[in-house]
Amino acid sequence: MDIKPEEMIKISNAMPKKSWMETPPDLSDGKFCYPAKAKTLEYLGLPNPRDWSPADEDWKLPENWQQIIHEGFKERLDKYRSLKVFMDVCVRCGACADKCHFYLGSGDPKNMPFLRAELLRSIYRNDFTLAGKLLGKFAGARKMTTTVIKEWFSYLYQCTECRRCSVFCPYGIDTAEITMMGRELLNLIGLNINWIKDPVANCSKTGNHLGIQPQNFKEIVEFFCEDIEEITGVKINPSFNRKGAEVLFVTPSGDAFADPGTYTFMGYLMLFEHIGLDYTLSTYASEGGNFGLFTSSDMMKKLNAKMYHEAERLGVKYIIGGECGHMWRVVNQYMDTMNGPANFLEVPKSPITGTVFENAASTKMIHIAEFTADLIKHNKLKLDPSRNDHLKVTWHDSCNPARAMGILEEPRYVLKSVCNNFHEMPANTIREETFCCGSGAGLNTEEIMEQRLRGGLPRANAVKYVHDKYGVNMLACMCAIDRAALPPLMDYWVPGVEVIGLHELVANALVMDGEIERTTNLRFEDLPGAEGDSDE
Amino acid sequence: MNVNIVLSLVAVVVLGALAFLGGSAPVLQGVFGIMIPYIAFVMFLGGFIWRIMKWAKSPVPFRIPTTCGQQKSLPWIKHAKLENPSSGLGVMGRMALEIFTFRSLFRNTKAEIKGDRISYEWEIWLWLGSLAFHYSFLAVLVRHMRFFLEPVPAAIKFLEAADGFFQIGLPIVMLSGVILFAAAGFLFARRVATPRLRYTSLAADYFPLFLIMAIALSGMFMRYFLRVDIVAVKELTMGLATLSPTIPANIDPFLFVHLFLVCVLFVYFPFSKLMHAGGIFLSPTRNMANNNRAKRHINPWNPDLTFVTYEKYENTFREKMIEAGLPVEKES
Repeated sequence: MDIKPEEMIKISNAMPKKSWMETPPDLSDGKFCYPAKAKTLEYLGLPNPRDWSPADEDWKLPENWQQIIHEGFKERLDKYRSLKVFMDVCVRCGACADKCHFYLGSGDPKNMPFLRAELLRSIYRNDFTLAGKLLGKFAGARKMTTTVIKEWFSYLYQCTECRRCSVFCPYGIDTAEITMMGRELLNLIGLNINWIKDPVANCSKTGNHLGIQPQNFKEIVEFFCEDIEEITGVKINPSFNRKGAEVLFVTPSGDAFADPGTYTFMGYLMLFEHIGLDYTLSTYASEGGNFGLFTSSDMMKKLNAKMYHEAERLGVKYIIGGECGHMWRVVNQYMDTMNGPANFLEVPKSPITGTVFENAASTKMIHIAEFTADLIKHNKLKLDPSRNDHLKVTWHDSCNPARAMGILEEPRYVLKSVCNNFHEMPANTIREETFCCGSGAGLNTEEIMEQRLRGGLPRANAVKYVHDKYGVNMLACMCAIDRAALPPLMDYWVPGVEVIGLHELVANALVMDGEIERTTNLRFEDLPGAEGDSDE
Repeated sequence: MNVNIVLSLVAVVVLGALAFLGGSAPVLQGVFGIMIPYIAFVMFLGGFIWRIMKWAKSPVPFRIPTTCGQQKSLPWIKHAKLENPSSGLGVMGRMALEIFTFRSLFRNTKAEIKGDRISYEWEIWLWLGSLAFHYSFLAVLVRHMRFFLEPVPAAIKFLEAADGFFQIGLPIVMLSGVILFAAAGFLFARRVATPRLRYTSLAADYFPLFLIMAIALSGMFMRYFLRVDIVAVKELTMGLATLSPTIPANIDPFLFVHLFLVCVLFVYFPFSKLMHAGGIFLSPTRNMANNNRAKRHINPWNPDLTFVTYEKYENTFREKMIEAGLPVEKES
């Protein structure tokens, strides 16, 4: 990054001279995500496949694109009460403005949640309200033009659907809902981004976003098992696509693909081996995440359908889901409605503690943090938290688990059980007020690195606070996108802080049956005292 | 000067002047004193219902509450029953907090970058201003019921006594009217003084504030300065209430300014952002329980879609799967 952190944080909040309706979006290089390739859209059967660039003057839209947007808008107003109410009730009180990480990091007024929504509302008023039709600009209405659609594209991909604004809105207006609808509309005329569409196509083809084929998925996991055996001396026996297992375990494929997510995956394997859980992995339902969520409700449903479909085929009793953010938005708020009822499954019951998870009585899928917290509460795990003593840890609540689920205490309970040095970030930046990593909702892509670093500033700044104050050197989280997005964010804003998944910390502290004395952690880094340091 | 402010202000002044001229002309008093109030009342009621029905017509396909606290999960973890409700009762509690205390607005913070640090401060003024505005408006509205009820109920008399508790001036100053004017003034001043709000505010944001300030001002002007003939006013309002409207002979024409502006507000209400009053009840992020995994929510238009089934997947990868020793449904 050319800009230094001390320069980037100097953010001007001065408003532009021209009115926002007359300010066109900046679509110069580095200010937009690369569009989806023609062949990807063709494979997915999505409209208007072509090669184009947002930097071009001509976006090669279908001839009747305005009509398509108008009709799509109308259809969604009729299908979603949320959209209709949110289009009408905003009073522009501005309470949401400085709650958005992108606004805080950029100072661009169109990143204020209510103005982001006004980008759509202005069209809504023009097309669907009498006042807008009669009074035009004075009623806050404007006509759809190519500049407006470019503005939509620019700003709907500068929102990570994190819902922080919705916590502060007196009417609960949820910008995520508006961004989701807006992106659905953009999809109707072929305005999509590659970093979302590629994973979607991969997921359809291979079962996961990263396009890992079945034999490779198996190889990767077996490779993890070799590493685990080397570190702990314990042989791990995972199974794949096994019928009759009690539990199907589904986690984002990102954890199989890149550090530090891979260590989290190893953590799952060690935990399950240690407690003797009768589980299977699936190479077909090998994706917990769902980039359909960032595309359209239909695509979300299609990608999500694999979980229940595979659970039924394998005849498992219930599903455990791994650490992921948006995956849990889908599982907690959409899955059962879209692809249920899963009557072929049973209410999840921990075979180790006997705990029945009534909170998942219908969906039959529990979060691994719920499962592990229950194990620890019942003293079913032998833990040596001192193995994590070289770490000073803070906890990043991921947007979706925090604001679309409320899983706040479970991971904290687990975290405090497996490490001795834990420090919370300031109250306005955690739990339901947590800040996004800046790269959610499909925006974790290289070409917009500056936008991501700016969007991640509030999160990073809170980490810096505990880094400076308590010497925090490890940022723990339970989201695969976080594990990919936070390392570069930390390197830029708070060098010296690394990123770790919850179950990597668990696995490091876990004293397994028959294990050898550990000298390294899962990253093959020496454990404190392992080299015989006298001061340890 | 901001064109949206000027336009809104001019609109309110013109409307007030129109009413004064109309009210001063005896032939038009029937229009401003009887016809328009009836039309406004019907349009308000009808418009409000129409608007709610219009929203309600669209289904709620997904259960999407914004959770602001700990979910209900394991029995030993303290559940935030109001911030993350899991039952209808919890939702009612959450909604009550939202409607009566503006819970979400109470959270408001002000973020500021100071050097290399972002600081967050609790920002209570918007919450306080809004609360003062809405509750004083409610008190004013309820007090005005005395003009439409005979005998005046004890509850209203009690409210009046409380409102005039400090016994300032003669006639005794009703605090609610003063607070209403001041709070609306604050909301306006805030809009103008905050650059990002001034930049984004529409005429639709200024107009209702000016309108309400004008209503409060004209009311206070009549009560404290003109000291209009209250008996005549009540004769007019009781006539309206009992559906036997008359225009009393000695009615002050200035009353029509106040009355007409109220009528404008009534007509404007259902077609404007003021409908947030009704919309809050229908907001899916607030009025739903976060019990999705325990209780299935039904989407009435849940589409039937084809997805890549396991069978298709195995057909694509069968050979590789067999080679890798993965179990398959069909060997070839």
